[in-house]
Amino acid sequence: MMQSTISTLPPYLSLAIWLPIIFGLIVLAVGRDTNAALVRVGSLIGAIVSFVATIPLITNFSNAAHGMQFVEKSPWIERFNIYYSLGIDGLSLWFVPLTAFITVIVVISAWQVIQKRVAQYMGAFLILSGLMIGVFCAMDGLLFYFFFEATLIPMYIIIGIWGGENRVYASFKFFLYTFFGSLLTLVAIIYLYKASGGSFDILMWHKIALTMKEQIFIFIAFFMAFAVKVPMFPVHTWLPDVHVEAPTGGSAVLAAIMLKLGAYGFLRFSLPIVPDASHYMAPFVITLSLIAVIYVGLVALVQKDMKKLVAYSSIAHMGFVTLGFFIFNNIGIQGAIAQMISHGFISGAMFLCIGVLYDQAHSRQIADYGGVVNKMPKFAALFIFFSMANCGLPATSGFVGEFMVILGATQFNFWIGLLAATALIFGAAYSLWMAKRVIFGKVANHHVAELVDINGREFLMLGILAVAVLYMGLYPAPFTDTMQTSVADLLAHVAHSKLPY
Amino acid sequence: MTTPLPQAVINMVPLSAEVALLVGTCAILLIDMFLSQGKRSVTYVLSLLTLLVCGALSYHDYAAGTTVYTFNGMFVSDPMSNLLKLFTYLTVGLTLVYSRQYADDRGMLSGNLGGEFYVLALFSTLGQMVMISGSNFLTVYLGVELMSLSLYALVAIRRDNHKATEAAMKYFILGALASGFLLYGISMLYGATGSLDIAHVATAVAAGTIKPTILVFGLVFLVAGLAFKLGAVPFHMWVPDVYEGSPTAVTLLLGGAPKIATFAICIRLLVEGLLPMAFDWQQMLMVLAVLSLAIGNLTAIAQTNLKRMLAYSTIAQMGFVLLGLLAGVAGTTDRTGASAAYSAAMYYTITYVLTTIGSFGVLMLLSRAGFEAETLNDFKGLSKRSGWFAVVMSILLFSLAGVPPMMGFAAKFSVLTAVLGTGQIWLTVLAVMFSLIGAFYYLRVVKMMWFDEPADNSPIVVKGDMSFALSLNGIAIIALGVLPGPLLAACLKAMTLTLNT
Repeated sequence: MMQSTISTLPPYLSLAIWLPIIFGLIVLAVGRDTNAALVRVGSLIGAIVSFVATIPLITNFSNAAHGMQFVEKSPWIERFNIYYSLGIDGLSLWFVPLTAFITVIVVISAWQVIQKRVAQYMGAFLILSGLMIGVFCAMDGLLFYFFFEATLIPMYIIIGIWGGENRVYASFKFFLYTFFGSLLTLVAIIYLYKASGGSFDILMWHKIALTMKEQIFIFIAFFMAFAVKVPMFPVHTWLPDVHVEAPTGGSAVLAAIMLKLGAYGFLRFSLPIVPDASHYMAPFVITLSLIAVIYVGLVALVQKDMKKLVAYSSIAHMGFVTLGFFIFNNIGIQGAIAQMISHGFISGAMFLCIGVLYDQAHSRQIADYGGVVNKMPKFAALFIFFSMANCGLPATSGFVGEFMVILGATQFNFWIGLLAATALIFGAAYSLWMAKRVIFGKVANHHVAELVDINGREFLMLGILAVAVLYMGLYPAPFTDTMQTSVADLLAHVAHSKLPY
Repeated sequence: MTTPLPQAVINMVPLSAEVALLVGTCAILLIDMFLSQGKRSVTYVLSLLTLLVCGALSYHDYAAGTTVYTFNGMFVSDPMSNLLKLFTYLTVGLTLVYSRQYADDRGMLSGNLGGEFYVLALFSTLGQMVMISGSNFLTVYLGVELMSLSLYALVAIRRDNHKATEAAMKYFILGALASGFLLYGISMLYGATGSLDIAHVATAVAAGTIKPTILVFGLVFLVAGLAFKLGAVPFHMWVPDVYEGSPTAVTLLLGGAPKIATFAICIRLLVEGLLPMAFDWQQMLMVLAVLSLAIGNLTAIAQTNLKRMLAYSTIAQMGFVLLGLLAGVAGTTDRTGASAAYSAAMYYTITYVLTTIGSFGVLMLLSRAGFEAETLNDFKGLSKRSGWFAVVMSILLFSLAGVPPMMGFAAKFSVLTAVLGTGQIWLTVLAVMFSLIGAFYYLRVVKMMWFDEPADNSPIVVKGDMSFALSLNGIAIIALGVLPGPLLAACLKAMTLTLNT
């Protein structure tokens, strides 16, 4: 399976990676706080151009084709046989436009809020966007690692400069937690390079035989990086702290895209490279996922801070994703990927909503709000909509992924399915309870009384996201169709033992 | 009547660069005597020109790619030595550019001192070149002494400054002790093998007829002497004090280029001379490397003085160089991958030196007449005082931490690949975990520059040449990190050619 031929199409993937990086560098180079208006317009143009550049990927994608598409390959570091090798399949396709799309939204969201160091803010997000797209496209192990690690630098700077009061602590926690995990992955990557006789080609790694002991060690090394990034229980503790301190745009990108880097890593590395260890460790991962879904869901319920609540709900939703991966059936994995895409929209939107409130009232505490609907009807409608989507209401994108994963889990084992399904209850509880306390009721205090409804810009940015959520919820076929072949291939591959005979 | 010496013995062509440097330095010394105080820039330009001429000569030899012995095998010009010399000139040249204003402000170029700063720097360079090219124990020792004596004088060049005088005293005493160790080790080996010629020693040791006790005895002293010069734990006590006490310009002269030369003599003495005893020195280097990584990284965290912090970081970085050196021969005399491992260590040394001179360059940039920038607090809010140099410094620090896309990552990756090649996974994991600890204190400086408000708002005045060189240094670190292929290949080629002759 998974043969790849060099694509004859224009280098769409390279464009998707490098356009935002080049725009970001230009913005950094010319931007000053004196020409902030120009910087905003320039960044928006850059983000939109970068997003448009990813559209051909969707239109030219062949649903039936096996293996990688849009493949690009040229030597990079010949000394170690490392290639600049790119390609996407049904597993990674949607994350490329999603990343570029969220970047456009983030640029819009920062329009009025960010007044200091505008160029650096915009530049950092554009560069970050290119780097994250690189992670999804890299087909060379070291290239993957290169992008995976490089994303830490802009995010560290974003949290540290524009974050809240405790931003320094959060930025260090973010950097060191993820750096810890990925350093072990580096060891695993070098080990695979040796084991495969000197190749960094990920598709090559899919084929090499490994003993069970090797597989388990490699699995653990990868798991360290990806589990921290996802984040899975019990290494999730960095996420709430970081979310609380990060600026709105940072939170949105972190939740919408960065968490998916880890989940994507499971699909591209852990499952196909060490299938036997993945099967062996599956009960362990499933247990952790269920703990994330149930326990972290309950933790979300008692949060007093809105951002923390959404952060914990992200962890619970990502628990669904890892659960879907490790039950090894078609509908589970498809559901998990759908959940990743949907969570990208919804969590991004939730953080942007909280950002809108915070910009006006300067508080994230649930207790400081109440009766917002009286002052901000348009905003309240959108907020309720996204809260509904967050708890997986049918006809929103949140339902598609969760439902598929629960179906898959029930096929795999009824009790696991049952436990996963309880999340729908907890999800509804924490999302709607928060919405009730913040949005409805009487106007709680003079801060709320001074709130002004969202303007056209904010309505546009939340509106686009609402349309995306609704579209994916009502008609998920375009998303699931593209991944059919790749998921089937992946499962067929994972079903074969790689133990040497 | 004496017989005329054969041409092979007095062939001066291989040492054309050394001759040029010696002649140039003597000329500068004489010319400088006739220059009035204000015309010291003539000395400066002449010194750079001399280095440029040497660079051209060495490059010519390097491009030829041949190995030529002269003076009855006491001196060798091979690809490794020429490549290392090129980087030595570059480092010394950059050092002179960075330190010009700094030295001028501190009266190191005036009064009864004159151009001694430049002349001594060039003499120490000459010593380093002799070290790099020595293929006889005596030549190596001669080079070490020429370099060290010039550096002792340089550290003490501000003789009215009590801190510098104290540093000079420490450096002199401990340096003399190290030379003593080295000499004692050499004398033991001479006694055992009856030769000072490195190639003869290698053959004699390989024959296996010499009592191992006396060889190991000599080896221990040799390794201790080298460890002193590299600043590896437990022979590191001088490093922080001397780095802190010396004028920053001199710190750069003794913390930069000499590491390249010391690396070269490690290759000459241990690999070329005592490879049959690799099993013994490997274990010594392993202890040194692990201790250096541990003590260097952990102690650096506690430092508030940036020069001391960089000193401990040097110790930790030298641990990585040692890892590369010990990975060449895995337990047995199996030499596959030997040149790969040594070239990784060589690449690491070059990376370390280029990065370190840049970071000390920024330190000198922030210093002015009557003010030494050396504590962490002096870096507070640098991004607001000079955005571009904050970017440069961040690049350098991320490179030291080994985060892609900086050059430091490529270097760490090569060394780790070599170490894993020996099958010592625990050592690889240990090394990456200490890099994680290391990342913390580098990040702390980045935090100071970007997240904090400036404590000192005096404008930063930079001369054109320094601004240009420093910018180039920063860009080079990122460019060589994104495209590390050519330099890695050059190191491998030079090392392979050198070891095969």
